[in-house]
Amino acid sequence: MFMVGPIGFALPWLLLGLVALPILWILLRAVPPAPIRRRFPGMALLLGLKDQEAETDKTPWWLLLLRMLAVAAAIVGFAGPMLNPDVRVTGSGPLLVVVDGSWADARDWPRRVEKAVALVAEAGAAGRTVALIRLTDAPQTPEFQTAEAWAARVAGLQPSPWAPAGFADWAAALQSTLPDGGFETMWLSDGLAHPGREDLLQALEAAGPVRVIESLRPVLGLHPPGFADGAITVSASRMPAADALSVEAVARGPDPAGIERDLARVMLNFAAGQARAETVLDVPAELRNRITRLELALARTAGAVSLTDDSLKRRKIALIGGGADQEALLLLSPTHYLRQALEPVADIIEGTINEVLLASPDVVILADVAKLAQSETDAMLDWLEKGGLLLRFAGPRLAASDVSRFEEDPLMPVRLREGERTVGGTMSWGEPKGLAPFVEGSPFFGLVAPDDVVVRAQVLAQPDPTLTERTIAALDDGTPLVTRKAVGDGQVVLVHVTANAEWSSLPLSGLFVQMLERLAVSTRPALPDAADLAGQTLVPEVVLDAYGQLSDAGGLAGVPGEALAGALASGPTLALPPGLYAGSERRVALNVLGPETELLPAVWPASVPVEGLEGREAQVLKGAFLTGGLMLLLADVLAALWVAGRLSGLGRAASVLAVLAFLPVTEAQAQDSALPDDALALEATTAVVLAHVLTGDARVDEIAAAGLLGLSERLWMRTSIEPALPIAVDIERDELAFFPFLYWPITAGQAQPSPEAYERLNQYLRTGGMILFDTRDADVTGFGAATPEGQALEMIAAGLDVPPLEQIPADHVLTRTFYLLQEFPGRFARGAVWVEASPMAEAEAAEGMPFRNLNDGVTPVVIGGNDWAAAWAVDDVGAPVLPVGRGFAGERQREIAYRFGINLIMHVLTGNYKSDQVHVPALLERLGQ
Amino acid sequence: MSAAPDPNGDLRSRAEALGQALPPLLAEAEMLAATVMLGEHGRRRAGLGDEFWQYRPAHQGDSARMIDWRRSARSDANFVREREWQAAQSVTLWVDPAKSMTFTGNKSRAPKSDRAKLLALALAVLLLRGGERVGIAGMASPRAGRAQMLRLAARLSGDASAEEYGAPETEGMVNHGRAVFLSDFLGDLTAVEAGLARASDRGVKGVLIQVLDPAEEEFPFDGRTIFESMGGTMRYETRKAGDLRSRYLARLAERKDRLSQLSRAVGWHFSTHHTGASAQSALLWAYGALQGGR
Repeated sequence: MFMVGPIGFALPWLLLGLVALPILWILLRAVPPAPIRRRFPGMALLLGLKDQEAETDKTPWWLLLLRMLAVAAAIVGFAGPMLNPDVRVTGSGPLLVVVDGSWADARDWPRRVEKAVALVAEAGAAGRTVALIRLTDAPQTPEFQTAEAWAARVAGLQPSPWAPAGFADWAAALQSTLPDGGFETMWLSDGLAHPGREDLLQALEAAGPVRVIESLRPVLGLHPPGFADGAITVSASRMPAADALSVEAVARGPDPAGIERDLARVMLNFAAGQARAETVLDVPAELRNRITRLELALARTAGAVSLTDDSLKRRKIALIGGGADQEALLLLSPTHYLRQALEPVADIIEGTINEVLLASPDVVILADVAKLAQSETDAMLDWLEKGGLLLRFAGPRLAASDVSRFEEDPLMPVRLREGERTVGGTMSWGEPKGLAPFVEGSPFFGLVAPDDVVVRAQVLAQPDPTLTERTIAALDDGTPLVTRKAVGDGQVVLVHVTANAEWSSLPLSGLFVQMLERLAVSTRPALPDAADLAGQTLVPEVVLDAYGQLSDAGGLAGVPGEALAGALASGPTLALPPGLYAGSERRVALNVLGPETELLPAVWPASVPVEGLEGREAQVLKGAFLTGGLMLLLADVLAALWVAGRLSGLGRAASVLAVLAFLPVTEAQAQDSALPDDALALEATTAVVLAHVLTGDARVDEIAAAGLLGLSERLWMRTSIEPALPIAVDIERDELAFFPFLYWPITAGQAQPSPEAYERLNQYLRTGGMILFDTRDADVTGFGAATPEGQALEMIAAGLDVPPLEQIPADHVLTRTFYLLQEFPGRFARGAVWVEASPMAEAEAAEGMPFRNLNDGVTPVVIGGNDWAAAWAVDDVGAPVLPVGRGFAGERQREIAYRFGINLIMHVLTGNYKSDQVHVPALLERLGQ
Repeated sequence: MSAAPDPNGDLRSRAEALGQALPPLLAEAEMLAATVMLGEHGRRRAGLGDEFWQYRPAHQGDSARMIDWRRSARSDANFVREREWQAAQSVTLWVDPAKSMTFTGNKSRAPKSDRAKLLALALAVLLLRGGERVGIAGMASPRAGRAQMLRLAARLSGDASAEEYGAPETEGMVNHGRAVFLSDFLGDLTAVEAGLARASDRGVKGVLIQVLDPAEEEFPFDGRTIFESMGGTMRYETRKAGDLRSRYLARLAERKDRLSQLSRAVGWHFSTHHTGASAQSALLWAYGALQGGR
């Protein structure tokens, strides 16, 4: 095939046509564009004029170039151009397709299968026999069959979630069935280095030529999470270590409802050239306990998933306090602060020592327990030997006893002096002692001791040669505060103060919680070793597939602990797929990548040609060239018309079209744009303005506007308040600060306001605004109950800063701000009205006074369901819009509704002025008393 | 009316086309004239006529017949009833019948001749209603009355002549009458000068209305073009029509200026009207100009 760069031509001799282009140039150049004939009476004025330029008698050069390009494109197009033509010489003899089929292949598995199918089909077309092996399977001898026999099986191949292994066995299996004349090998590699691959490669090269196809896409893997200093360390590796890259790691686990969710996310930043990235995922213990797996977002392979086992799980902590504390006050209980600190992060077991040890707790805490029975001591020692953590707190009882007085108690880290030491008390010298900074090597190293943590009393350790090394926290005078010693695999820790606030303020500080977390968490190694698992049988619970999806393990058999420990070190295999294995006491996660696994690129000897998987598709360019030529010809039509001056009409039409196309857009924009803030501010502040909240229900909004109009008119007529026309307010958009009063009719279908709107509303309520909520349902079911409007109100008010409410008391200032009122009807008369509860509920009216002496502020909300706006509503000529009640009684009710409205606005604008006792005599007179 | 009738068409079809065109032209002209009638009536002076003008005290020389007894009975003096003066003028219209008038720059616009005929007929309607005598130069002598209106409409609906450009016709003009020339005045100006000279010799005052298509004002042409006169007898070829625009426009402005000077010299009025604009403004102007000259 004739090649020009990456482009090949099927019919290269057609390209000779390009030679004819210069001839075309000359021919085209000679033919000028045809003139237009026009009848034009004004030509009489033209007679005698001369052309200044005589240019267009020949075709302009650019038009010529356009035409030449069009013709050239056509010639090239018909010559059958092809980008990256597949010029591979097909081999002969049998073809062996080797697929790694590992988890790393899962990242572009469909393309690998596509490639494998293509290879098989190609071989079939050439009449070659084919065999396909997947290296993650158990080694077997390949069967060379016809391509048709393989075609269906290849398409159904799936990757496995482990790395290929057993290369030597594969090599042996191949050699046993070597066909005559050897075979050609195509190796679809996953791009990772696998130990022992050279064995198989040598065997294959001995049998015939080997070609390798590798994907260039990066491989990402997530290591099992570590746990250090109360935070999870997340680390990931990649291959190749190229440019800087940021990958998001997602921690998933069940939420409290048991639904799996993303619990936390953290960015892993690979520096350029770095193959490994590490970060700290600091999540609350409550969340951390829920995490069941971590995965890299967007990398759907088993290697990008790391299951978590017990190492991040809740711990079992046995809490045993010194007895007979039931009579003491709760805050003096020695275990109260421990319980408070541990309950969110751990399961707490309580009971006697023998009972709790049966539940195999991770930690046993003894708070001021002095003497243990011999059987308890023995059981405790056994448990400690196996790796338990015993945490003891001192206290009056321990100080008074002679435990560990003369010789060291096995369950105490140090010997104690008699009695306790009191510092800074009434009968002692000195100040209460603070904490010294934690020294390196202490489990508390890195924590900051707050200054306000002081110790007033403690038990003192006897000076011993081992005391210094056993001290992990000390007071600032060097007295040990926390001591520790190892017992077998476990350890005993003594805190020399009480677990309550009696002796020190330590339990009151956040440090206490952090110290407990450090102590309780550092008990378990992240990865169990062979000795841990020896002799156990672990049953797989869930297994990962190559794409990182979890599935039930089903009937998979249990595995011996030793084998699992081996797999933990070297990676999962066919027999031990990655997943979660449950033993008698613990669950162990077997992940594709171990903590130290490195992702190394595969290295092939120079004799093996390596191809990429992508970018080599042959592309036929004939269509593109011909389309391009056609486009050029179309452009030529337009250009020729333009040169000949026949395009003016078209141009006009195009410009008109363009104008028409843009016109509606600008109009729409003009309509969309909101009332400018300044305009709203001016409108709302030039006079007092009543406002109602837009509900989205046109009828309700209309009534609300008409109602406020009616109320405004009554206010204007009867009082010195002269409001302007009411304004509709969109709480999502408009500034509320201008309005003293908002009427908010509640509709069932109302949307909940956005967080920003809530913020504005709360600010409005706090700074003296008032909202009248009207559910318009006549309060038929009592406030807050089951009408749809009531539910909508409940939903809306949930986000509002509404104070405690009470049903409006008979002496509320609303009853007398302008009119003297006993009830507050709207269109409905009976509904209850709720206002902010008075802060002095017990206040009693003085003798002979009709009102309690309450000088509180203006209630920020008034809630009712009497549909006031409907009663107030008037039309343009001032006639009522909706009927109220019947006949005269109805009109009376409307009048009272107006009076309520006037009282309400008076209350908004004058505050509690009328609750001042100065007005009492006048009011008494009015009331006829 | 948009195109000249096919000369090969038979007589009947042409007659029918004519018959169809006549009423709309007349109706349109009357409609146009109706918009002007408001506020534009009467001579505003006493004279011979049908309409009441005013009562004036009788003075010597008034015959007893002239005294309005009904009015005089209501007072001590005698009154004479005066009528509004209704002196008829003779107005001669000339609408350029040449081929150049059949041009239109856009299919949605009627040719210039249509607009010119419409203006002429509307003016005739107005004048006839006002009691003037109206005629067409060379075709119909000035007469008054509604019948004349129909006659004028029939005459105006005739075909274009074979000439490329028209020359003003002064035949049939009444001495000291009024004249209206409607043409594009794109032809030889000496013919216009001669026509005006003949008219002013007879003491005729009047109005020149130049009817132009917007295309003739804009010259929206480009590229290699052969311009032909409407009859096809003259042609002019250019290779780049866009270049000619400014020079064409300058010549057109010069021509308008010349026409304006000519008309001022003989006491006529000159205006340019475009077929793209409303006919009403031109009618108002023409009517006002005819009155103003009185």
